[in-house]
Amino acid sequence: MGVDRRKFLKLAGVSAALGLGGATGFQLLRPGALDAAERMPTPYQMVFPKEQGNAEVSPNPKRLKGRRWGMVIDMRKLTPAKARAAIEACDYYHNVPQIPGKQNIKWIWTAPYVNVFPETENPWADPEIKNAQFIVMCNHCNNPPCVRVCPTKATFQREDGIVMMDMHRCIGCRFCMAGCPYGSRSFNFRDPRPFIKKEYLDYPTRTRGVVEKCTFCSERLAVGKLPYCSEASGGAMVFGDVDDAGSELRQLLRKRYSIRRKPNLGTDPQVYYLV
Amino acid sequence: MYDSGKIITGLVIFLAIFTYPLWSNMGKAAPVPKPELPPKSVATQCVADTNYMRTSHMTLLNVWRDDVVRMGDRVYVSPNGKAYNMSLTNTCLECHSDKVKFCDQCHNYLAVAPFCWDCHQVPKPKEKK
Repeated sequence: MGVDRRKFLKLAGVSAALGLGGATGFQLLRPGALDAAERMPTPYQMVFPKEQGNAEVSPNPKRLKGRRWGMVIDMRKLTPAKARAAIEACDYYHNVPQIPGKQNIKWIWTAPYVNVFPETENPWADPEIKNAQFIVMCNHCNNPPCVRVCPTKATFQREDGIVMMDMHRCIGCRFCMAGCPYGSRSFNFRDPRPFIKKEYLDYPTRTRGVVEKCTFCSERLAVGKLPYCSEASGGAMVFGDVDDAGSELRQLLRKRYSIRRKPNLGTDPQVYYLV
Repeated sequence: MYDSGKIITGLVIFLAIFTYPLWSNMGKAAPVPKPELPPKSVATQCVADTNYMRTSHMTLLNVWRDDVVRMGDRVYVSPNGKAYNMSLTNTCLECHSDKVKFCDQCHNYLAVAPFCWDCHQVPKPKEKK
């Protein structure tokens, strides 16, 4: 027994009337009537029952404020000793383990010209540049491929441009490592703690199964200090606001010729090399 | 009923083994945990009221975590107006300096194993001077 036309039209009419009575109808006839009820409470309203009063959170007033953080590395000033000092400072204060072999964890390290700038190969370039050890780290790209591929938003871009890691959310899928064209990310194949020479107790370590990388010392910026590498490099690594035309960093970029790593990929890296 | 003797004996043995954890632990309730609070000279109040902290400190820690890592908000002003740096190792464990005598007491009693400590450092208990 099928449905005849008369019955079908009746049913359709009743369904339409019922639909109008629901949430869609409310929105249509009285816009905004449901919004107030749906507004989410802030986390602290959820955390604390009303009678306890309100807790409030705010950024540290001493923090460094910048619209777009970046770094300039002056290769004329960067001696191997200064590079080593910068790397050692970072490794110590961030509990970066020293694991031999392919499972090594890298935040900031050195690499030769040919690996850092592979498209600019030139057999007759200035040997001083060609043989120099460039210091490399996360480029904190304006258009970070790692952030696009992360399925859990464990890595994300802050408003000030820093590409951050939220270790609590990382599931260790390593898509970001495949996405990053600079090899700036390392995976913890094993518990890193036994490989940390001397633990710095004020900063957490990582655990097995998460990806880590340079964070531009976000924990230092938050209390108004410059990144460790910049501080230890004796002026060879200048950290600053790329968006501020008056900053020391922008003056250096105006005065000297600078190059960036793999700019043709469109990631817009924010680490500049003065050569 | 065929083989009733064997079946009933088997059932009795099965029930005895199955309920062994119940009757062997009867009357031996584990002692209620007594987490050791920091001495009054260190702190007299926590970031929120004690009952709230007892039941929901994990919610607060999760909210702190998101605020610090994702929003960059690092200063917490508690309902009674005191400001704190939002940090597990550097603020919570600053007062509750002995993890074994504080955190582990209830966590072990309830058989929960939070993985905070896989990454976050536990300060070494301060030696009494």
